[in-house]
Amino acid sequence: MGKNQILGARGEELVAVYLEGRGYQILERNWRIKDGEIDLIAISDTNILVFIEVKTRTSNAFGHPLEAITKEKAHRLQKLALAWLVLNHRWGSDYRVDCAAVIIPSDLNYEIDYREAVL
Amino acid sequence: MGLALTSTVSLTGLVGNFIDVEVDISEGLPGFTLLGLPDAALSESKERVRAAITNSGESWSNRKVTVSLSPAWLPKSGSSFDLPIAIALLMAQGFLPNLIEPKTVFLGELSLDGSLRAVRGVLPAVLAAVKFGAVRVMVPAANYLEARCVPGVEVIAVANLRGAASFLRTGVVEDFLIQNQPDLLPKSQLDLCDVAGQRVARGALEIAAIGGHHLFFIGPPGTGKTMLAERIPSILPPLSLSEILEVTAIHSVAGTLAERDLLSALPPFIAPHHTTTSVAMIGGGSGAIKPGATSIAHQGVLFIDEAPECARGVLDSLRQPLESGSVTISRAIGSVTYPAKFMLVLAANPCPCGRFSGRGRGCTCSQQSIRRYLQRLSGPLLDRIDIRVFVEPPSRAEMASDDLGESSAVVRERVILGREVAARRFADETWNLNSQIPPGQLRKRYCASKSAMNFLHLELDKERLSARGFHKVLRVAWSLADSRGHTIPDESDAITAYQYREGMELFH
Repeated sequence: MGKNQILGARGEELVAVYLEGRGYQILERNWRIKDGEIDLIAISDTNILVFIEVKTRTSNAFGHPLEAITKEKAHRLQKLALAWLVLNHRWGSDYRVDCAAVIIPSDLNYEIDYREAVL
Repeated sequence: MGLALTSTVSLTGLVGNFIDVEVDISEGLPGFTLLGLPDAALSESKERVRAAITNSGESWSNRKVTVSLSPAWLPKSGSSFDLPIAIALLMAQGFLPNLIEPKTVFLGELSLDGSLRAVRGVLPAVLAAVKFGAVRVMVPAANYLEARCVPGVEVIAVANLRGAASFLRTGVVEDFLIQNQPDLLPKSQLDLCDVAGQRVARGALEIAAIGGHHLFFIGPPGTGKTMLAERIPSILPPLSLSEILEVTAIHSVAGTLAERDLLSALPPFIAPHHTTTSVAMIGGGSGAIKPGATSIAHQGVLFIDEAPECARGVLDSLRQPLESGSVTISRAIGSVTYPAKFMLVLAANPCPCGRFSGRGRGCTCSQQSIRRYLQRLSGPLLDRIDIRVFVEPPSRAEMASDDLGESSAVVRERVILGREVAARRFADETWNLNSQIPPGQLRKRYCASKSAMNFLHLELDKERLSARGFHKVLRVAWSLADSRGHTIPDESDAITAYQYREGMELFH
């Protein structure tokens, strides 16, 4: 695994822990099909399916992590979420797409900026 | 997350529209959406505002920012929205108090480092702000003097976004540099005494100034047509306060204020080149509709040298403003009316080679080419010109003479007196210049003395004078009477006026 992939995996892990702390149940990690990948899929405490895109950086030097999510990327996320719903026979259930920005400046501390229903 | 509201004014022509700038900051992906029909310069505002905010030491929200300029249906243009957007953004994030008291209008363009740049049209915008009940305006320091011309409003000038924010936090205005103090007295470096000789043309100039008549100079090159025309503003009465505001507002929108003293009472003098287009002449443009030469010359002089060289459509586009005193320009984004009351001064050579004068010895043009040259000026346009003068080359004696002619100040005194006489006469009417007397009134209340009318009726009978010409001559006769102290035009006034109009056989 490359340096950035390790960082990304750490970010996803941190978000998963954060969500579990909020009473979410993680269903899938790095769910992948031909068209792309969803970092985390969870079911919330209020029984809503949540698809989460995690962006991890070591600093804000290149802009806010969530600025990396362009319109096209958001559109792709939406399509992937629908694909998951179809493949898992959950078509029609309530769902939303969230984004999480994780900043890990050093091994000791981190910061999570979690935004719900971004689409 | 946050919601804030500031206000500004956008201009459609000279008419201001009150604009609410709403900013909403919500959860979601970072982004900036600008609503309310912005044009290109306004759409780029988000990049300027963002850079200006971060470079002013304030922080930028990495959230979903929605800016709405309402009324939403009104197309908006220009860069003066930067400041109200930036202030509302800081308010919505909680960095500034979320209440602006008293009612304040913000205007200004931001540069990337956060300093405020001057914008066009501040004077009409501030006038409109006052009309909409604003008590305070915040403008860039470079527009301070212009904004201050408007009575009844507190002007806060700031040099940069930092200064604007600190004023809203503390109420203390930071110091800034005031550029050049304006001179309120009318001044023109050009004086009529610079012109050698030209007794006839000077006389015509004075009469034209008294009655507000349009002029046509014909003469060989180098005889002083341009010199004479340039000096007309120096003999016109100084503008009144409301005229000054109107003229300054037009120049502010046109972006030509730098060429003119702020609040100058000197009537403007505009001399477009003869290759000018009709859009440049009457106004236009695809984004914001800008005033053209006719409006920039409002309350002043529009001088067109080498008039027959103009494209025909350009000169004929002058007919609407000459008739109505305003121009209405319609484009896809809407239509705009600018005032355009000016004194038209045309100049032309007597023939294409320019040497036809006296006995016409030096002239190499054929009769035909001379006729074709002057025929380029259309009949309807020439019909609107009351006074035509042949500007002869000054004689040897005139050039050698060392006593200067009358100065502009002396002539202006007489012009002001003449206009006062006319204004008293027209006290109960809707017009105040001789050139504006309607035809019907010229035959009823404002006809000349019996002998003068006899002379003119005789000329009508001989078909040497058209009906329209008849009215024009009468109007000029009134100006002559005012200048000579006659209470009603007598025969000599009518004859002189007739010569001013018909004296040039070149047209017949």
